[in-house]
Amino acid sequence: MNILKQHAKLERNLLFLILGIFITVSIGGIVEVLPLFTIESTIEKVQGVRPYSPLELAGRNIYVREGCYLCHSQMIRPFRDEAERYGHYSLAAESLYDRPFQWGSKRTGPDLARVGGKYSNEWHVRHLIDPRSVVPGSVMPGYPHLAETPLKVDDIAEHLKTLKFLGDPYTDGMIAAARSDIAAQATPEAEVDALLKRYPKAAVGDFDGKPGRLTEMDAVIAYLQVLGRMVDFTTFDPAAADR
Amino acid sequence: MVDDDKDRTATPETPETPPKGPKTMGHEWDGIAEFNNPLPRWWVIVFMVCIVWAVGYALVMPSVPGAKSFFHGLAGFSAREAGRERLAEVAVARGKWLTPMQSASVEEIAASPELRQYAMRGGEVIFKENCAACHMVGGAGAKGYPALVDDEWIWGGTLAEIRRTILHGIRSEDADTRIAEMPAFGRDAILTRAEIASVADFVLALADGRPGPADGAKVFADNCAVCHGDKGQAVKDTGAPPLNNQIWLYGGARADIMAQVTNPKHGVMPAWAGRLSDVDIKQVAVYVHALGGGQ
Repeated sequence: MNILKQHAKLERNLLFLILGIFITVSIGGIVEVLPLFTIESTIEKVQGVRPYSPLELAGRNIYVREGCYLCHSQMIRPFRDEAERYGHYSLAAESLYDRPFQWGSKRTGPDLARVGGKYSNEWHVRHLIDPRSVVPGSVMPGYPHLAETPLKVDDIAEHLKTLKFLGDPYTDGMIAAARSDIAAQATPEAEVDALLKRYPKAAVGDFDGKPGRLTEMDAVIAYLQVLGRMVDFTTFDPAAADR
Repeated sequence: MVDDDKDRTATPETPETPPKGPKTMGHEWDGIAEFNNPLPRWWVIVFMVCIVWAVGYALVMPSVPGAKSFFHGLAGFSAREAGRERLAEVAVARGKWLTPMQSASVEEIAASPELRQYAMRGGEVIFKENCAACHMVGGAGAKGYPALVDDEWIWGGTLAEIRRTILHGIRSEDADTRIAEMPAFGRDAILTRAEIASVADFVLALADGRPGPADGAKVFADNCAVCHGDKGQAVKDTGAPPLNNQIWLYGGARADIMAQVTNPKHGVMPAWAGRLSDVDIKQVAVYVHALGGGQ
């Protein structure tokens, strides 16, 4: 046990102690910070992942505001039970434009990484207003206020600009069209060709069952309906994506 | 009394020798010394072992990030690969049933006792996870979501028709989706409010099997019968539900019927092709067909 006694020397010598603390903290820092510099090359390259459309982004902000992540993760782990229930395991690239990501393993509610397209818009409206009306055993609280609250749209271009500054590939055209895109995505029979060219696979239409009104419900459902749908897993080669 | 007070305020006698206990650290300021209470030996040993373990673990398992990739570890473990291997193992174990199902039609699966038994169990699990959110557990249905336990089918109740509905959905984004749209007779001012009221009365009578009002019958024959059938029996493949029974998708009260004629609701079912595998869809089709009303 002689080596254990050596520790006393480290503790009693101020210079040694500072040096020891510095080395320990540096290792922790390097391990946490270094991946940020190599993220471009360590995240797998996957076709289809795009930044969120303005309406989806607004919905995502509401999702985070309401704390949905406290019960719902967006990360399907590569386990048999999760793959069989939720689908293909999540890829790092699928969270590329999530700030912050919505990973987790605590699931009071089911994982939502691939919930897009699983239910109809009308079901989502009913479920968000009163979860127990469609899922009798649910413990989820209702969010009826989303259907009543008009969506705040005046700052959406600024949101896109901020994300562009942080490195998301929003173009100037996307930022200029943000205000019209956010309304068009939730308007039935709107001209959406340009929108879908900018944001492929975006769900369009009247989400909340109230045509003519743009509510927070529209945004949340537009966001939920795109989750997990950007990558086409019929043409995805898992082995090639592994790093 | 006074004596008692004195006793209480009296300072206790300072012990002349320090209490027995661990050794001090050997320094003293203003008469204050510091005991030396080292961590228990067993704790220190566990701590050291953990450090050694961590170093070994970092060497064996994927750990340190690099410029282009990361250190994969001496064991070459990959969680994704392990997950894929596990799924492959399961696929092999289930191959006895799933392989014949791949080439068999839904009818053949339902006819084979062994495959049918497997499909019923598998279909139930898939149904609970994917379908029960709308159609409810056991296919009981809810307002706006058709019950699957009865023998009324909007898009056909044969095994092949059920499979097609599951594959492509109803009013979904799928190119081959089933689609039907009831005109908004009230909203688009095709019928007056009085006509809608009379046709609602006629539909109620139709459901009860009694003769309805003549004016309602005329409105029905002119506007509704082309899809819902002249006796409310529904014309096949129009997606119009039969109206000659007590099964209601959006409620059977007079006000509900008027609301549906005025500004109809159109339910959406997602297409499951792509989300569920082909054999999964076949299993659910067999299960749904067996819920009660399969044709």
